[in-house]
Amino acid sequence: MAVLLDPFEALASFQQALDTYRTSSWLDPGLSGGGAYPPLNVFRKGDDLIVIAELPGIKKSDLDVQVKGRTIRLSGEKTVGYPEKAALHRRERLAGRFDRAVTMPIEINPEGVKAEYRDGILAVFLPRAESDKPKSIKVA
Amino acid sequence: MADKQELSVREKKEPVAKEEKTIPGRHYVPYADIYETDDALAVVLEMPGVEKKDLNIALENDVLRVDGQIDFSKYKDMEPVYTEYNIGHYARSFTLSNKVDQEKISANLEDGVLTLTLPKAKAAQPRKITIG
Repeated sequence: MAVLLDPFEALASFQQALDTYRTSSWLDPGLSGGGAYPPLNVFRKGDDLIVIAELPGIKKSDLDVQVKGRTIRLSGEKTVGYPEKAALHRRERLAGRFDRAVTMPIEINPEGVKAEYRDGILAVFLPRAESDKPKSIKVA
Repeated sequence: MADKQELSVREKKEPVAKEEKTIPGRHYVPYADIYETDDALAVVLEMPGVEKKDLNIALENDVLRVDGQIDFSKYKDMEPVYTEYNIGHYARSFTLSNKVDQEKISANLEDGVLTLTLPKAKAAQPRKITIG
């Protein structure tokens, strides 16, 4: 049987399409992005969250960070360039597009979101929205 | 194959331990690209999180050793909530051939990418031979 598409690729793109259909609504411009790259580490500092990703060698113009509601989306393109007349002996670094959206367990205050890219590390600082912070109730 | 493909996630490689380390912390092997132009060899290593002050490049007995340390103090007040990758130091060594002019090796670190330029020794560069 002639297989035009690699079956695993077909399954992955089908799953991605299902995820996008499930999470975004028709007329609402929602955030999409079903990739797995870059791997993220999420840290907590007090009430706020910090998302850290390793993205070496990215130009800031190729990087796009979006926040909506509780979701943060990292997308862009990682390029690896060589001079024209170079003979490539070994190639281990990866290059390509990436698009990843993750949902945080807290409400984010969009005004206070800061993103910093230094030494190949992207850090996105997500402050917790005031309305989301638990209030202590005094017991009379 | 489409050349604008999506990036895939790879686990960091740990080195096959030839000697033990005295510095605490895990060590990983940074991914490297090696290419050659007419007058130099270039080795490009990806070491995100390494700053110039924490980078050591040493050349001894024809072995070029690159060592990048991560500054863990940046993570001091942060508590991990969800982790997908490990953070550790990077180390990798290369044995150089006599094609390389060891005096003129230069390095450039930018955005976590280290580019080592190893100029070829005069004898190894392509030359035109004139016919007498």
